[in-house]
Amino acid sequence: MSDSSTASPAANGTPTRSRISEAVIRIAGNSQDGIQAIGGFLARLAGRSEQEVMTFMTIPSTISGGPSIFQVRIGSGEVLSAGDEADLLIAFYQHSYDEHIRSLKKGGIVLYDSSHVTSNEEWEKDYHHLPVAISALTIESIGGTAKDKGKNIYTLGLVAKMFDLNIVKLTNLITERFTGKDVSIVNTALAAFNAGYSHSLGNVLETFEFIESQQKTGHQVVMNGNEALAYGLIAAGVRFGAGYPITPWSDIMELLRRELPKYGGSFIQCEDEIASVSMAIGAGYAGRVAVTGSSGPGISLKTEAIGWAVMAEVPLIVVNVQRGGPSTGMPTNVEQSDLNIAVFGGHGDSPRVVISPANVEDAFYTAIEAVNIARNYNVPVFILTDQSIATRIEAFEEPDFESICQNIGPDFKDVADHKPYDLSTPSGVVPRVPPGTRILSGKYPIATGLEHDEMGHPTGSPKLHMQMTAKRRKKLQCLGESLPVPEVYGASEGNILLVGWGSTMGPIREAVDKATAAGDSVSSIHIRHIHPLPPGLETIFSGFNHVFVVEMNDEGLYGYGQLANLLRARYCDPKIRGLTKVDGLNWKVREIIDRARSTVSVGILKR
Amino acid sequence: MSAIETAPVGQATVALPTPNAERKPLTEKEIAADHPTWCPGCGDFSVLALYFKLIERRKILHEKITTIAGIGCSSRFPYFVQAHGAHYIHGRALPFASGVSLSRPDLHVFVFGGDGDAFSIGGNHVNHTARKNIKMTYVVMDNFVYGLTKKQTSPTSPIGFKSKTDVWGSMDQPINPMKQLIAAGATFVARATATNPNHLLSMMEAAMDHDGFSVIECLSECIEFYEGAFDAANPRKGGIFNTVSPEHDVTDELAAYKLADTAFPGHFGVFYKVTEPTKNANEAKINAGAREKVQGQADWQILQKSFSRMK
Repeated sequence: MSDSSTASPAANGTPTRSRISEAVIRIAGNSQDGIQAIGGFLARLAGRSEQEVMTFMTIPSTISGGPSIFQVRIGSGEVLSAGDEADLLIAFYQHSYDEHIRSLKKGGIVLYDSSHVTSNEEWEKDYHHLPVAISALTIESIGGTAKDKGKNIYTLGLVAKMFDLNIVKLTNLITERFTGKDVSIVNTALAAFNAGYSHSLGNVLETFEFIESQQKTGHQVVMNGNEALAYGLIAAGVRFGAGYPITPWSDIMELLRRELPKYGGSFIQCEDEIASVSMAIGAGYAGRVAVTGSSGPGISLKTEAIGWAVMAEVPLIVVNVQRGGPSTGMPTNVEQSDLNIAVFGGHGDSPRVVISPANVEDAFYTAIEAVNIARNYNVPVFILTDQSIATRIEAFEEPDFESICQNIGPDFKDVADHKPYDLSTPSGVVPRVPPGTRILSGKYPIATGLEHDEMGHPTGSPKLHMQMTAKRRKKLQCLGESLPVPEVYGASEGNILLVGWGSTMGPIREAVDKATAAGDSVSSIHIRHIHPLPPGLETIFSGFNHVFVVEMNDEGLYGYGQLANLLRARYCDPKIRGLTKVDGLNWKVREIIDRARSTVSVGILKR
Repeated sequence: MSAIETAPVGQATVALPTPNAERKPLTEKEIAADHPTWCPGCGDFSVLALYFKLIERRKILHEKITTIAGIGCSSRFPYFVQAHGAHYIHGRALPFASGVSLSRPDLHVFVFGGDGDAFSIGGNHVNHTARKNIKMTYVVMDNFVYGLTKKQTSPTSPIGFKSKTDVWGSMDQPINPMKQLIAAGATFVARATATNPNHLLSMMEAAMDHDGFSVIECLSECIEFYEGAFDAANPRKGGIFNTVSPEHDVTDELAAYKLADTAFPGHFGVFYKVTEPTKNANEAKINAGAREKVQGQADWQILQKSFSRMK
């Protein structure tokens, strides 16, 4: 709990109350305890209180049960990561207590269910221990039949008391959540909450109060990255999609399946990944911009079809929610090891676009950008997100729906003549003419995966293969020139530049802030456009002695992560080096700073 | 506005060109494109010629013709038709065509392919397109051999067929396309041969008129790599062309299955035909229900409402 500003003096036996600007709360239990619900309520409350919030969760990849955590960081100021260390740990079981006590900062509070947990004397010295018989007291408050049900809401009451949270808003949230269900369920939930809230926390501890956050303009919405991405696709005008279930991509297809009919669209569950991508490409050929997506092995299966879309120049959105690989890998853990398959996956020279959102809000806008690139350049576009963005909850400003929602329905107006693969355009881009469009010359186009002439008919001509290969490449080069130069976070010149992509933006920026405050010369840039790369990177790199590419993937045979490899190939700059890790967890701020410092000390030529 | 609902049926006809009502049926000259690359004598020529005839007879508007194929000799089909078409990847023509069919209710999609596409690399797509009953017509030009890659065993090659991959004769049980299609739930299953054009055309017309997934297995001889394979079904070569008896009940699944069990050359005609809701209709129904609930709201307002629940 940083920035404890004013602490009211402790009167005899009365708990102190501290004013804080942020708090990190980790809830540890089992996956069926509803701990995500506690975190969800806290995140939503933060959104309604104009506070910033970020969450982090782990879920077991087992079918039912298993240890699970939910961490929520709420702040009155900017929140960039879910926090390295917790201020408060809530432990439901012995294993929750034993395994997560070290995630607490020294002097932090562990609130534990004394019905299940026996405390460790050793640890009592370092952390404030707060035993509450959560299970027993929950049963007492709502009756014994529910067994373990309701203890999450009881615990939420305890947290509300400890942090002096807004009871009216929380009560509304609980009521809204259970509305539509039996009235008795709402009442039981409220009873559990009130019981937790009125439980005496004793006089050993202080309680906390968040300082007012800077007033933000507009209203905040609270959701996870998968939701933001799916809704972004809807805002972009996507009305057709096809997919196959796989973690952590499934949420997106479920949401689109449910929501698209409202907009006159459809999302189809297919027999496999290949059928999914093919169906989306078919709809793309028919005049739509359609979406497919997957994670891990599912992406591998789609690569042949994506190559066809590159060759035939059909727009397509491929969402890749990265998880730990290769093969089945670590389905519920984060990793950024699919950059290579997104950029290079498949046989032959098949240039496609790859964009990666930086956080939950950016997932919404990246979806819109991806759709517009796909339809303007007639090319497959990968949205390379990851398990971390997919599952974490953030609050962000409500978008201006009226101005951003697009209608991108196809146009079937007659055309005089049409060459689908016209070589005479400087950018290589030719407007699409989907079936249903009458072509007055009587000459109709064929979309094909064979190398072709300007009408789409097969050719073995070496000259045409060279020209068409160049055409497909030129489109992306053209796009690359139009991309914005990434902004440097921190000083524009200095010793170390941290380069990030995807979900690591927050922790990297927090590392820049912390290291700068400690006197280091560190800045960062975040690359959203992975392929093609944006212009201006050489100039930015030239301002620093060291360029470290921070990624969650392996250093590979030659010592560099996947983006680092791409940047080294592109800029031939030996000062570009990699900071990689594959523990399946988000970068901690401290890890980034320590690794950057130690890598600087190794020196460039040692590698 | 919703994209799918605005899919215009014929709205594209503006003043300049001939109005649809006055347009003459397309002639073979207008719909023939590249000269087919098939070997002289290939059965596929006949299927192509009958497709032209079907387009002419049914007065399909030029821009509405949509021909899709996967990979194989027969899958070169779209290049030979002067109309919108796509030549997709091996085995996946059906899901591609499903994407077209489901997002474009104004088009009747034709898919052409071979036995490798349909029953080997793309086998599972046949089952699921059938099960979903996605509206389109699929003509499988079955020659019992891989022709484009020059004589390897196909999933329909009979036991004992000598190919480059089974020099001692094929030993894997061949797939019975009719049985497989009936079992998968295809709602229109017919069998024809390229050597009986009138019968094939009538099958193509019936398939096109069927509201659902209609499939024709059309025996189409590869004279290069499996010459004489279908002589037994060709009266001109001393064979017999047994049509399905008029007494056969096309809605009787077991009777259809029995018919499919007859030894080669078997029967020709419609084996099975039932009316089931199409995926297209089911999805449209879901859409209509969902649209009714948001009547009068623009897309951005619907989205805004969803977001208001996440505050």
